[in-house]
Amino acid sequence: MRVEDEASARSAFFSTRPISRDNLVPEDPALGLVAFSSPFDPEPSLRIEDGRVVELDGTPEADFDILDEFIARHGIDLAVAEEAMALETVEFARMIVDPAVPRREVTRLAGGMTPAKIAATLALLTPVEILQSMQKMRVRRTPSIQAHVTNRVDHPLLIAADAAAAVALGFRELETTVPVLRDAPSNALALLIGGQVAAVGALTQCSVEERTELELGLRGLTTYAETVSVYGTEQIFVDGDDTPWSKAFLASCYASRGLKMRFTSGSGAEVLMGASEGKSMLYLEARCIAVTRAAGAQGVQNGGIDGVNVTASVPDGMREVIAENLCVMLHDLESCTGNDTLMSASDIRRTAHTFPLLLAGTDFLFSGFGSIPAYDNAFGPSNMNAEDLDDYLVVQRDWGFEGGLRWCDDSELLPVRRRAAEACRAVFEELGLAEFTDEDVDACVRAHGSLDVPVLPADLPGTASERIMEGGITAVEAVRALAELGYEVEAERVLEMIRQRLLGDILQTSAILDEDLNVLSSLTDPNDYAGPGTGYRMSPARRTEVARVRQVWSASDLAAEQALSEGCIDLTETGPAPRGERPDEVVVGLSPAFAEEIWGALNGMTVAEVLRQVLAGVEEEGLEARLVRVLRSIDLGYIGWTAAQLSGSRVSVGLQAKGTALIHRADLPPLANLELFSIAPRVTAELYRGLGRNAARYAKGLAPEPLLLPESSEPLGPRYHARVVQLVAIERRLTRDAAPVELEASWPS
Amino acid sequence: MAELSYPLSDTGRGEIGTATGKAVSDITLDAVLAGEVGPADLAVDSETLRLQATFAEESGNRQLAENLRRGAELVAFSDDELLRFYEMLRPGRSSADELQSLAGTLAERGAERCASLVREARAAYVRRGLIA
Repeated sequence: MRVEDEASARSAFFSTRPISRDNLVPEDPALGLVAFSSPFDPEPSLRIEDGRVVELDGTPEADFDILDEFIARHGIDLAVAEEAMALETVEFARMIVDPAVPRREVTRLAGGMTPAKIAATLALLTPVEILQSMQKMRVRRTPSIQAHVTNRVDHPLLIAADAAAAVALGFRELETTVPVLRDAPSNALALLIGGQVAAVGALTQCSVEERTELELGLRGLTTYAETVSVYGTEQIFVDGDDTPWSKAFLASCYASRGLKMRFTSGSGAEVLMGASEGKSMLYLEARCIAVTRAAGAQGVQNGGIDGVNVTASVPDGMREVIAENLCVMLHDLESCTGNDTLMSASDIRRTAHTFPLLLAGTDFLFSGFGSIPAYDNAFGPSNMNAEDLDDYLVVQRDWGFEGGLRWCDDSELLPVRRRAAEACRAVFEELGLAEFTDEDVDACVRAHGSLDVPVLPADLPGTASERIMEGGITAVEAVRALAELGYEVEAERVLEMIRQRLLGDILQTSAILDEDLNVLSSLTDPNDYAGPGTGYRMSPARRTEVARVRQVWSASDLAAEQALSEGCIDLTETGPAPRGERPDEVVVGLSPAFAEEIWGALNGMTVAEVLRQVLAGVEEEGLEARLVRVLRSIDLGYIGWTAAQLSGSRVSVGLQAKGTALIHRADLPPLANLELFSIAPRVTAELYRGLGRNAARYAKGLAPEPLLLPESSEPLGPRYHARVVQLVAIERRLTRDAAPVELEASWPS
Repeated sequence: MAELSYPLSDTGRGEIGTATGKAVSDITLDAVLAGEVGPADLAVDSETLRLQATFAEESGNRQLAENLRRGAELVAFSDDELLRFYEMLRPGRSSADELQSLAGTLAERGAERCASLVREARAAYVRRGLIA
């Protein structure tokens, strides 16, 4: 067999990469497997006679399907239609992108356009143009973020604790759902209580079927809903057991209960269900969004919902996803930009899905960041989950975008988790819904996920839910129980959520409540981006908050780390270092801070141990080492060169306190060397000993042993550079214009 | 009430009421503990929804305004009624006559906008073969 008949080692390697588990498909417009501009998409057209739309995107009125008809009757602003449809597509595309064109002007024109016109416009935009447009076109100036708060077993106390943690982290909408439908009321109540512990005003929802959602809302147990699905073709709409009119009626039902509500769409669903009519994904989504606007919903969650894997499988799929998000904004609707389905086995690819939206900013960056571990996400893993939280926070800090979240350490999180679990327990017990143990509470306070908590009686959430429903329990009963059991602050906050629903402010487009109960919506916080220096900017306080993440390594952290090794060796100055005459000596030159203020090297060894190994190596070759401290420079080459000038053998070892080491010789230029360990974190004790041996071998005129650092592809820069900067600053501070001094070492026992 | 401006949480706590005639500012912790707040106080008032509809309209979203006005009409209906009507509007559930009668029911009880929506649905369902 020839080598060429087998897979190369590189190909075999690629087949083991996570990206190899993602399946992509060839473009196939007949099946709807096309992101933009299918040959079967209609040409944009609009004919109006006597104030009535009689042709929409090439279809005459008599042939309107239910989407055409609904859009024609409710979705198009006839007063601007003629002007809008006459606009060159590329001209409108430029207006969308251009910061100098006010967003109001763009939404006014989009209101008079047909789905095909808008789809054709968006198809012209590059990814960066789409993002630039989003910065201007999203409704709310301040971006926000929604959390999924669920667990595998519908544990009420864990829901409450996780809800409190989510709000502490900055989430302003919390969405729960249930693996078991009958558990919904219990989850909703736990979420309501827990969601108001860390701060007031987070909106909560329990995503289940309409009857339960309406009932929970009417009882004040939830404040919003978002799983009202619409589809882009008549066949799929009907297969979904709805029509635009039934959905519009349902939207009004939610409004009648004072519930904030958004529709759900997102490309891919029509393809998955085999009835795309050969239309492009963006065109079908443009129809969905037109129906949504026509029905009077205030917003949409789309772009990376359940169908994202279909969209992602075709060329330009992910550009389509952000184009459909932008399409929502063109209709002046709240844009809740999906990202709530894990879209790839590859961390790089799934990050690439979400990251552009974080830069651009949307009303809700996620329609569910999994605030709980992926395994506990009852919606299925989100594109980012609790496991990814630290990564998210660091990237937010790196780029300075408004990601809506902040880091909390355990000292901040554990108290709110306890308060929430205890408050939830108190309410459930007071209302006779369920009993819990102290162990249940403790476990939920500390838990990462439901695998960390004792198993509940299997029917507990279901029984509690039945008691809520049959007992007519409303948010008022929860308020009373909270107040009577010593949770007045939480009682007042839950009561405020009842009042907010009565006031109806959250029904306006893109409305959220901030932590001071300000309503941020299209009316109070309109996006005013008009180019550099305008629009949302982080306040200095917010920037400070974003800058604070777990990985920040401060001077005090360094001091604490160094203190662990302080005094590991005593180096006593015995006077000016003389030039040696003995050919059997190797001078070891130490940096200014070595065992003076720096006691631990980057590889985790103490400086005492580093030095002991070097000296032992010299000794093993039968030579003697002499210690000097070089004070004039922190440069290792200069330190080693200075030591070499003093060495009777003309050979030296140079050592910085952080562990960087070299061998030098007096006849070389200062910045040259014979051997260098530049990557201090990876140097081992054995290598330091080998360095000492080699220095002695050079002094004896023998060939050195090869010294190889262990193989590793770990990036050392991100891990150590913060320490290096601080350690170097200490070395720099201790330099002085003085001649080298001789040192005597003693190792405290 | 027409002079109130958005957001009502800043301007209307004393004026915006509940279905029992209390003002939002009356929904206090003391009132809850005294047993003076009941399930009926949890329902948003239809006038509030109409007021929010005018804000939506002024901000340029007449469809949202229309939805809020339809919502205002539906405040008085029970969950069961709403869900029954919704079920009737699903595809293939109702005959043309049943939808006509639903529109009549809604109109009789003051839900004229909703009635109009149902009539429009009826015509579209007949044309597209979506009636029972």
